[in-house]
Amino acid sequence: MKQTISVLVENQAGALNRITSLFSRRAFNIDSLAVGVTDDPTLSRITIIVDNGNSVVEQVEKQLNKLVEVIKVRTLDESSLIGRELLLIKVSANKNSREQIMTICNICGAKVADISPTSMTMELSDTPDRIDTFEDMMRPFNILEVARTGVIALQRGGGKI
Amino acid sequence: MEMAGAQILMEGFLREGVERIFGYAGATICPIMDALMATPRISYTLVRTEQNAGHMASGYARVTGKTGVCIVTSGPGATNLITGIATAYMDSIPLVAVTGQVPSGLLGRDIFQEVDITGAVTPFIKHCYLVKDAARLPQIISEAFYIASSGRPGPVLIDIPIDIQEQMVQDPVFPDSVSIRGYNPSVRGNDKQIMRVAEAISQAERPVICAGGGVFLAGAEEELRELVSRTGIPSVTTMMGLSLFPTEHPLNMGMIGTHGNQCANKALAKADLLIMIGTRAADRAIFSPDEIQRRMPNIHIDVDPAEIGKNMSSTVPLVGDVKIILRQLLERDIAVECEPWRTQLQAFRREELSREFPSHPGYVFPGRLLRLLGQRLKEDAAVCVDVGQNQIFACKHLVLRGGRLLTSGGLGTMGYALPAAIGVQTAQPDRQVVVVCGDGSFQMAMNELATLRASRLSIKIVLIRNGVLGLVNQSQRKPPYHGSFGVALTGDPDFAAIAGAYGIPTIHVAEEAEVEGALERFLAEEGSCLLIAEADPEWNTGD
Repeated sequence: MKQTISVLVENQAGALNRITSLFSRRAFNIDSLAVGVTDDPTLSRITIIVDNGNSVVEQVEKQLNKLVEVIKVRTLDESSLIGRELLLIKVSANKNSREQIMTICNICGAKVADISPTSMTMELSDTPDRIDTFEDMMRPFNILEVARTGVIALQRGGGKI
Repeated sequence: MEMAGAQILMEGFLREGVERIFGYAGATICPIMDALMATPRISYTLVRTEQNAGHMASGYARVTGKTGVCIVTSGPGATNLITGIATAYMDSIPLVAVTGQVPSGLLGRDIFQEVDITGAVTPFIKHCYLVKDAARLPQIISEAFYIASSGRPGPVLIDIPIDIQEQMVQDPVFPDSVSIRGYNPSVRGNDKQIMRVAEAISQAERPVICAGGGVFLAGAEEELRELVSRTGIPSVTTMMGLSLFPTEHPLNMGMIGTHGNQCANKALAKADLLIMIGTRAADRAIFSPDEIQRRMPNIHIDVDPAEIGKNMSSTVPLVGDVKIILRQLLERDIAVECEPWRTQLQAFRREELSREFPSHPGYVFPGRLLRLLGQRLKEDAAVCVDVGQNQIFACKHLVLRGGRLLTSGGLGTMGYALPAAIGVQTAQPDRQVVVVCGDGSFQMAMNELATLRASRLSIKIVLIRNGVLGLVNQSQRKPPYHGSFGVALTGDPDFAAIAGAYGIPTIHVAEEAEVEGALERFLAEEGSCLLIAEADPEWNTGD
C-alpha cells in the first residue's frame, strides 16, 4: 500500500543525502521524493511516497527520526490529505493533431506551456492518478519527453505536522 | 582573543574533558598536530594504522564511559579509519573522529589525498560534519560530543579542511549547553508501560532476562544485577552483554545465540516471558525471532525506539534510558514465582560448566585453556577477545569472575582485540589486560605491537594457533559447501620471533598437562607476554 510521509528537515547541505542514503541502506523502496524549502527558510519539507507494509513504514519513520537533521516525521492519513504532482509533457504535434490534443487538455485541465511547429508541451498539476490518466491520453500522439516532480502533500484542515 | 581553527578544536576537547587522543599524522592535519603539541593536558598515542585508532578509542571508551577520540589525515587516513567507525557504530560505542581534509576551496576536484569521507561514512555513523567555517567549530564540537555520548551512543565524525584549521576566529564562543531541535533522546520510561512490565513479570512462570551491551552503555550494570538478584529471574546475555554477570553467578545461564551456551539457548526456547534489556536481538543472538515471538510474549527495553519492532515485534515495548528504567522498575514490588524453572536451569548450567573437553595429543583445547585462564585472572581483569573460533571459545568457556569482556560483536571485525586492549590499558594502566586471538586475527593487528611497546604497556596475549581461519573452515566443511578453501594460513610466521622483535617474551604450550603451569608463568611475567597455544584445526566451536 502506498503511503505518504512528510518530513521536516534542517535546510542544510548533506541532509537530503543522509535521508536518501538511509532508504537504500535499510532497503526501503521509494516511489517518489520531492523536496523544497518551507515558509521557515531554515526548514525544508520532504514528501516521500513509499510502497511497503505498515511495519516497514513504522520502521522508516523511526529511522528517519534518528537522523539529527530531521525535525519531524509524520505519515499522512491517506483519506484526508491533499497530494499534488506537477507534470510537464512534450508530444509531437502538427496542424492535424493540435485540436485533438487541446480537447484532451481541456477535459483534464492541462495548460499549454509551449508550442512549436512540430510539438506541444503541456503542464498539469493534479493528483498522481489523474496525471497518469492524462499521460496515457497523450501516448497516441507520440510522447517526446516527460518530467514529473513527485508528489507534495499536506494534511487537510487547520492542523500542521 | 583570536584563535585558529585547530586551537579552537583543542579548546573544545579540553572543555569536553578529553585526556587522550589516538591518531596518525598526515599532511592535512599538520595544523591540528601543531595545536596538540601545544596542549600538554591532552596525551597522544600514535597508532600503526588508522583503523586501529578507532579500535583503541573504542576500548578506551568502553572501560571509561567517556567518549573516545581519534584524529587521522584525509584520503587514505580517513578511509582506513572507516572500519574502526563501522565497528564502533555496530556496537554503539561513543567516538568522536576528526579527519583532515583538503583546502575547502579545492573540495570536489579530486586533488591529492581527497576523499568524500562524510559521504562514505554516512550509512554507519551516528552523525557527521564537514566544517566550512571555523567560527562554527565551538558549536560543532559541543554537538559532536553530546550526540556521540547521549541516547544510543555512537561515532560522530568531524571533517575539517586544512584551511579551516588555520582560519583565525575573533573571540570564539563556546555554548554553555547543547540543544539540537532534531535530536531529543528519550530518557524516562513511560509509567504506564513500567506498570505493564511489572505485571507481566509477576504473572510469568518461566521468565528469562536477556541483557545486552546496552546495559553497559547506560552504566546500568548495578541496577541489572539488583533486579536479577531481587527477582531471582534466570538471566542470559548476548555476546555484547558478556561480563554483566560473573560466570558463576547462580542466575547466569550463559550466552545465547548461534554459537552460544546450550543452557542459555534452552532457557530462551522454553521461557514463557522474554525480557530483553539493551539488546537488538540481531540474527546471531536470536536466530529465529519469528519463532520466539510466536512462542512467548516479550518485553523490550531499549533507548532507541527504532530497535523496538525492528528484528522482533514487541508485546510490551519500553523506550528510555536503561539505567533509569531499571531504577523505575526497582521502585516497584515485583514478586516472581519461578522456583522450579530456576532450579531446572541451574542444573543444566552446572552440567554445562563442568563438561569435559576433548583432548588430542600435541594440542590444547581452547575451551579448557580459557576456562583455566579465567580462573587465574584478577577479578577486575579486562579481556579483549578477537573474532573467529577464538572468540566463540572465549565467550562460551572463559570464566569471568567480574571484570570486563570486550569484543567486536556487531561487525565482527578481526584484529579488534589487540588495539582495543591497548586502548583499555592506556586508560587504566594498572588494570590487568588480556588479549585472546587466533593466528588469523593476530596477523590483522600485530603491527600494533609497536604501539604497545612505545606506550610501555603490559598486555598478556593468548594466541590460539591452528593454522586456519577456523570459524570459516568449520562452516565450509558443512553442506551446502564442499570443503575448506582459502582458509589455510600457510606462511604463518614464527610468532615468537615476531614478539621477540618487539621485546616481548613467548611461552609455548602444546600439551594439556602443561597448560596450568604455562598459564602461571604467563600471568607472572612482569610486562607483556605472548602465550602460543597449539589447537587442533579439526576442532569445532561446538566440541
